[in-house]
Amino acid sequence: MEWLTLTIDGREVSVPKGSTVLDACRMNNIPIPTLCHAPELTSAGACRLCVVQIEGMRNLPPSCVTQAAQGMKVETQNPKVRSARKTILELLVANHPLDCMTCQKMGDCSLAEYAYEYGVTGEVYHGAKRDLPIDNGNPFILRDPNKCILCGKCIRACSEIQGKSILDFSFRGFDTQVGPAFNLPYNESDCDFCGSCVSVCPVGALVEKKMVGKGRPWEVSKVQTTCPFCGVGCNFDLNVKDGKVIGVTSNPDAPVNGKALCVKGRFGMDMIYSENRVTTPLIRKDGVLVPAEWDEALDLIASKLGEIKNTYGPNSIGALSSAHCTNEENYLMQKFMRAVIGTNNVDHCART
Amino acid sequence: MAENQRILVCAGTGCASSGALPIIDILIDEIKRQGLEETVSVVGTGCQGFCEKGPTLVIEPQQILYTRVKGEDVAEIIEQELVKGERVERLLLVDQETQKPVSSMADINFFAKQHRIVLHNCGVIDPKKIEDYTAREGYKAIEKALKEMSPEDALEEVKKSGLRGRGGAGFPTGLKWGFCRATPSDKKYIICNADEGDPGAFMDRSVLEGDPHSVIEGMLIGAYAIGADEGYIYCRAEYPLAIKHLGIAIKQAEEAGYLGDNILGSGFNFHLKVFEGAGAFVCGEETALMASIEGKRGMPRVRPPFPAVSGLWGKPTNVNNVETWSNVPHILRKGAEWYTQFGTEKSKGTKIFALTGKVNNTGLVEVPMGTTLREIIFDIGDGIQGGKKFKAVQIGGPSGGCLPEDMLDLAVDYDTLTQAGAMVGSGGLVIMDETTCMVDIARYFLNFTKKESCGKCTPCREGTTRMYEILDRITKGEGKEEDLDTLENLALTIKETSLCALGQSAPNPILATLKYFRHEYEAHIRDHKCPAHNCSALLSYTIDAEKCKMCSLCAKNCPVNCITGDKKTNTPYVIDEDKCIKCGTCMDKCKFGAVTRA
Amino acid sequence: MAGLATSFGSGAMTNSINEIPNTKVMFVIGSNATEAHPVIGTKMKQALAKGAKLIVADPREINLAECSDIWMRLRPGTDIPLINGIMNIIIANGWEDRAFIEERTEGFEKLRESVQKFPPEVVSKITGVPVEQLVEAARIYATAECAEIFYTLGITEHTCGTDNVMSLANLAMLTGNIGKESSGVNPLRGQNNVQGACDMGALPNVYTGYQSVTNPEARAKFEEAWGVSLDPNPGFMIPDMFDAAVSKNLRALYVLGEDPVITDADANHVRKGLQALDFLVVQEIFMSETAKLADVVLPGASYAEKTGTFTNTERRVQMVNQAIKPIGNARIDGDIICDLATRMGYPFVYSSSAEVMEEIAKLTPSFAGITHERLGTQGLQWPVPNSEHPGTKFLHEGKFTRGKGVFVPIEHQLPGEQPDEEYPLLLSTGRKLSLYNVFTQSSEALVSHSPEELAEVNPLDGKKLGLEDGEVVKVASRRGELETKIKLTERVPEGMVFMTLHYDEAPTNVLTNGAYDKVTKTYEYKVCGIKISKLNK
Repeated sequence: MEWLTLTIDGREVSVPKGSTVLDACRMNNIPIPTLCHAPELTSAGACRLCVVQIEGMRNLPPSCVTQAAQGMKVETQNPKVRSARKTILELLVANHPLDCMTCQKMGDCSLAEYAYEYGVTGEVYHGAKRDLPIDNGNPFILRDPNKCILCGKCIRACSEIQGKSILDFSFRGFDTQVGPAFNLPYNESDCDFCGSCVSVCPVGALVEKKMVGKGRPWEVSKVQTTCPFCGVGCNFDLNVKDGKVIGVTSNPDAPVNGKALCVKGRFGMDMIYSENRVTTPLIRKDGVLVPAEWDEALDLIASKLGEIKNTYGPNSIGALSSAHCTNEENYLMQKFMRAVIGTNNVDHCART
Repeated sequence: MAENQRILVCAGTGCASSGALPIIDILIDEIKRQGLEETVSVVGTGCQGFCEKGPTLVIEPQQILYTRVKGEDVAEIIEQELVKGERVERLLLVDQETQKPVSSMADINFFAKQHRIVLHNCGVIDPKKIEDYTAREGYKAIEKALKEMSPEDALEEVKKSGLRGRGGAGFPTGLKWGFCRATPSDKKYIICNADEGDPGAFMDRSVLEGDPHSVIEGMLIGAYAIGADEGYIYCRAEYPLAIKHLGIAIKQAEEAGYLGDNILGSGFNFHLKVFEGAGAFVCGEETALMASIEGKRGMPRVRPPFPAVSGLWGKPTNVNNVETWSNVPHILRKGAEWYTQFGTEKSKGTKIFALTGKVNNTGLVEVPMGTTLREIIFDIGDGIQGGKKFKAVQIGGPSGGCLPEDMLDLAVDYDTLTQAGAMVGSGGLVIMDETTCMVDIARYFLNFTKKESCGKCTPCREGTTRMYEILDRITKGEGKEEDLDTLENLALTIKETSLCALGQSAPNPILATLKYFRHEYEAHIRDHKCPAHNCSALLSYTIDAEKCKMCSLCAKNCPVNCITGDKKTNTPYVIDEDKCIKCGTCMDKCKFGAVTRA
Repeated sequence: MAGLATSFGSGAMTNSINEIPNTKVMFVIGSNATEAHPVIGTKMKQALAKGAKLIVADPREINLAECSDIWMRLRPGTDIPLINGIMNIIIANGWEDRAFIEERTEGFEKLRESVQKFPPEVVSKITGVPVEQLVEAARIYATAECAEIFYTLGITEHTCGTDNVMSLANLAMLTGNIGKESSGVNPLRGQNNVQGACDMGALPNVYTGYQSVTNPEARAKFEEAWGVSLDPNPGFMIPDMFDAAVSKNLRALYVLGEDPVITDADANHVRKGLQALDFLVVQEIFMSETAKLADVVLPGASYAEKTGTFTNTERRVQMVNQAIKPIGNARIDGDIICDLATRMGYPFVYSSSAEVMEEIAKLTPSFAGITHERLGTQGLQWPVPNSEHPGTKFLHEGKFTRGKGVFVPIEHQLPGEQPDEEYPLLLSTGRKLSLYNVFTQSSEALVSHSPEELAEVNPLDGKKLGLEDGEVVKVASRRGELETKIKLTERVPEGMVFMTLHYDEAPTNVLTNGAYDKVTKTYEYKVCGIKISKLNK
């Protein structure tokens, strides 16, 4: 691999050829604020927050789309650069609701994080603010276009990850919006509710509806696990607060799927708490299933199976193992049938 | 008259809307009636340039110009000119200095001081006839290229000519072609950018309407030099006549074997289509334009990759504007050396300007690069309307800068104007006089750019609106002292951080007016006064009781009935300032100069 | 599974999911990936965006058909003639991969002879696919630098399912599209751990890693490890179990996390079998239709409540990590089984599921290098023969698992039941995007998004029967009947009805045929005859 050497903030660093200036900075732990950049998406160079100063280049180029070059001299933190970034942030904040206290994204909002870092006041520009209707018509995604900073990541996620292109910009200039064609709400569009758009939104414009009010980022622990719904084997993070799963978020390191998920994986976790869950052993007494203690239930099964085995032989007992249970459990089940009962009568619906 | 004569009637969009088309019909009838059809022909041409005086017509070969011609003048013109060989004096142009009529185009500054290369055929030929074009050396350049030159030779000739892009940025055309030529690909495109969107600019429209074949021939040469076999002309849908003439011209060129496969037996193929734009200003930006052709939302994308590497549908693509393409046949036919005699060291050739605003001769003019603004405005444009005082010239479209009087002797070329805070841009020249408020002008242009911002990048999308809002407040007398710093800081950030040229140049009207007319801003903010007496919120009208004759004309015409007084009781008229909407009607109506504005 | 095992020696998906975006051609047959395997669907879309070609063979106008280069709307149950026809065209044009056939396969001559009987015109007549489409599909697939075949239950859920699969294996070998990146024959496994349940020997004929119970060496290994003697004869497959229950040869059944009453074909027969048992234990997380028939119901734990591993369709063994404690009085399923074994006199003593995996690794060559620790956040794709092995991205590189790949000539067979005068419509079943089998019925969010069954009926059939869009109708087969709302749509061809198996209220499998594949005993969910009638109001 060919390597390039460039100077960033007076520090000499080497990066592989083909890296952008942003890559070069991130590889070397030099912080650059970004809103429209995501490693899994193409770069739009739209938010302009990642601008830097590069010797010999006119204006302040955005680092996310500027290729690193041999001998390049980059400044990422000089007053001119910081002032430009601050102005851009002031512009975004001037057109953004300041209801951070009740915003689901609080604590995980990139705009708030940078506004804080750059000392943005929200007082510099006074004027028009968007006032658009909130899209609340579906059970999965809450879309508040007033919080949208038009970074376009959701648009690119929909087209590049999901291959759907449900979302795009509409209108021009200050009136620009993001949404499905003809400004339809999500549930009237062709949206599959994969939620890829939610997973990349840097602000509170797109949030998981079921998680609203359920927990703040700092109260939540994330547990990476494997989706239980189909054979693709997507990984995601279960968000747990106070011993309860409150939702699912993408884990960018998921080996099969990255940030992509489908409607089931992302929004179907509430089945854990279904009313239909069986939460205690049940034994049929006088034709009716009634609650029982574990000891009673297991002893009953042990004695019944033992009896049938003794009377009719081990092959009079069968088991259906489960394509929903873990490998370890399936192993235990077939071992139980083969070693404990003494039969090969174990199968599962391998074919559905 | 023994000699054959032609009557060239301007049928460009400007003159057509002033009633030129019926004149052509009447002329033809009248000539028939007089039995002159053997010796006199009538031609509806493209724009002759003198829009202010339209409809115009020219009698050839004498080159006699008639202005503001009406249908009822036709019989007289035929009778006098064609039968008697005399002038119809009342329809001739009056020289502002001598106040005498001038008949010959050679004696009219508007024409005499121009040098027409691109407009060589405009206003002279019938743009709907390929034979008119070929009769004036048309398609000789592509013939020469295909028969005598390799693609490299053609490219080299354009490089040597020093031609730079006429769309605004002024990038060397040959160099641009070379990049595209150098990118290996199975398919390349060339595009003609005819999405002329600057308010007041109509250079490209005029060329397309008046000489469409020159654009096609330029593109043929470009395609040959670059190695492209397909091209698009992206023309805004608001130019129906241009689109019509292009359609006719493409069909004729195909039938004549100049477009299609195996052109002139050379084995070179080139197919050309017209694509109608949907009215977004930003689609004049080449990457947005290509997105639009691809059927996507017209939004610019970051460069690199440049279109020469990855353009239309990911293929190497070269985009030039109408005027640039139209220069090319002349360069090939007459040679780079000939071309370089015009212009300055770094800006070769000529430039067409659309002269508009408070100038006497509004219209379309082509001058060598390096001509001074003063020559264009005062010699060709014949100075300021109504004898008022020149204040500024806005050059380069909505994103250009406003230059004050002391910069009138600047030579117009790419580098000089950029240094001065303006730009050649596509070539709009808007002349302003003392009644123009420079804050309001900045506000006007920002209103345009904020509406036309595509919304992709933050600084342009949000920033142009904030700049507009600040300017709007200032013109209403609600400006604050710190607004100027905020405005300047915002303008510089937008200039340095926006994605495309639209955003990067959107603050120019503000930066230039802040630089040259800062006192006007300060007057609005500190004194709540508009020095040009233009910003209505800052005006106050009063009636001088001494001068008031109590005729009541002001009160009768006041639309909001805010003027009271009574002759019977000898009470002079008074304006109620709370109710006054500052329309100025009272001042216009007063015969005694009793109403004053401050 | 069995089909690929015969042809290649291994029944799993040959290649990896993340190879899909880089492939040049995708041939998707009997697989509605964008709905049944949505994230694989998105990978296919990514491949399309990069210029890959897509060939779809499906009677329904599924989403992939809409974005395909060629959509072959074949008649249901005509997959074998379709593939044979394509192979006929490939050979006739010399598009086959001679070198690959020579070096890597056997049985080519027999295959060549057998596909002679399937010239394009004949195949077109049988399948309803125009000749031009057949030729174009053959050309695109055979001449690509790399091409992937994908199939799902549209191929396997037929009486000739195994043969269908072997046909596809023939096609891949014929063109050398196997044993390299972004190619192969790729069955997309349905349920989250159906691959794992098979790998773990939850099958009547094999132990873990497909070690046959009839193989004395394998049996001896397990006997030694487990300290018992083992039955050398394969046990009952699922359909046999219900038959055996009815005939009293099976007396007790222990059902772990399955709902055969809803998911198995000919549900009424299944119910009859379960009711005939002396003793039925159901270990479940939901009060399923099957649980309602049980003598004892044991509350198990959901995926969020346990630690272990799932194996996905591309053989990737991945961690399932416990996030919360089991709900209420429920217990982790593995713990329940251990407890029960211990109570029956064979102590299952494991300190954690990681320790169970250690035992699996010891007994299973393809899992030998797998530990929970190594799986970490990225998992490993089996085979993982030792603790340094990085896992196997794609199978059959250089050599098939069985040595040489074998061409098995396949003849056309008709489905077990065809529409007839009495039951004139053809019912096919499948899944829809927002739901998965019966599991997702318990997600309030998902159910509110797709609240009810909407049987798809072609508008022409609707017109004939006087049905309106959204009308509730009676659907009946020889085995049962149900009521469902219908949707008139051209997604299904005339004469075909499509239903899902997601809804208790419209239990589609009372209609389906209990006929099954002769090898795997997979039910023919995809074809049976039905009739639709208006409800008398």
